Amino acid sequence: MNHLLREHAPISSEAWKEIDDEARRTLKVLLAARRLVDFKGPLGWTKSSVSLGRTEKLSPPLQEGVSCKIRKVLPLTELRIPFEVSREELDSIGRGARDPDLDPVRNAARAAAIAEDRAVFQGYEAAGITGIFAAAGKLKLTIPDKFSDYPDIVAEATHRLRSAGVNGPYGIALGPRCYTGLTRSTDRGVPIIDHVRELLDGPIVWAPAADGALVMSLRGGDFELSVGQDFSVGYLDHTSTSVLLYLQESFTFRVLSPEAAVPLTYAIQPTN
Amino acid sequence: MAGNSGDLHESSEKLQPETVDRHRAVVSIMEELEAIDWYDQRIDAATNPELKAILAHNRDEEKEHAAMTLEWLRRHDPKLDEHLRTYLFTKKSVLEVEHEAEHGGDAGGSSSGDGSLGIGSLRG
Repeated sequence: MNHLLREHAPISSEAWKEIDDEARRTLKVLLAARRLVDFKGPLGWTKSSVSLGRTEKLSPPLQEGVSCKIRKVLPLTELRIPFEVSREELDSIGRGARDPDLDPVRNAARAAAIAEDRAVFQGYEAAGITGIFAAAGKLKLTIPDKFSDYPDIVAEATHRLRSAGVNGPYGIALGPRCYTGLTRSTDRGVPIIDHVRELLDGPIVWAPAADGALVMSLRGGDFELSVGQDFSVGYLDHTSTSVLLYLQESFTFRVLSPEAAVPLTYAIQPTN
Repeated sequence: MAGNSGDLHESSEKLQPETVDRHRAVVSIMEELEAIDWYDQRIDAATNPELKAILAHNRDEEKEHAAMTLEWLRRHDPKLDEHLRTYLFTKKSVLEVEHEAEHGGDAGGSSSGDGSLGIGSLRG
């Protein structure tokens, strides 16, 4: 038994499988950054930090004539989303129910996916994570008012990447406003997203956590998502009517080459 | 005793070049492991301490050779790679690892060895 304490939960192996499958399905649909950045791991639950390969001089030194430096690391961040599942629904799985209510699992997986993507795209200062939008801010372009102008701006973004010596393949992460607009708008009967697709040799990724869009290189070595324990479902507690579980991950993210992405941002930030 | 790399069980015209190369690696590993066994016995039997030390040194070099060739074979045999990843460097009883690998672990088991959902990279 490991730290997830799954064996302590009053959950049958069939019900565990349904919970895991539901979480996995939702995460795979919603996780956007993992389609675009390098994935390093899983490095294990005991992994606490990623080495930055740098040091910082300590002052004062321990004694005269001794130089003291401390190694710099980026600590891993733990995400945990607790959720409660009805024991009646879990029992129904054992009876062969094909439609158990696992909304709490889906909601937790949605929150987890958005959280990881938000850290990658927008950053998370409290955890020392600089997102791609901020890291690559110098190269940013403004999103045009008209969706029909998107192909031009994407072409300009790939031009900027090439000019900076960054090879492809190039992909794009599209925030919800961009994605919806591009799929619904057409130019001479062709969805504009198809025009955008022609300009890229990498994936077009729906990224609910991105505010705007990101054209980025997938050549590798530029963006690193380091995962300690990958998304896992663990057990917290139970009563006679429900079981309290959680979805958990440990991770951090680094932008190694800011020049490998071009953010497309709104001229006026949307108000939520 | 290990056969030489020409000792194929089927006509060489019917075999893929990759199969013949893996055969060469398998025979090499057999030879190295056999040599280790021989050295172990000779070291026990030898009476001169210096000779014992030389034989032990030579035996350990055979272990290095066996490990290097096994690694080559792992890289060229996906199923062997999968099994080695399952069993090597584990701490539980080997039969327990086998049971978990075959039956998906116990009631609280998940799809991967670390209890995670095994999502990993989603790059196509």
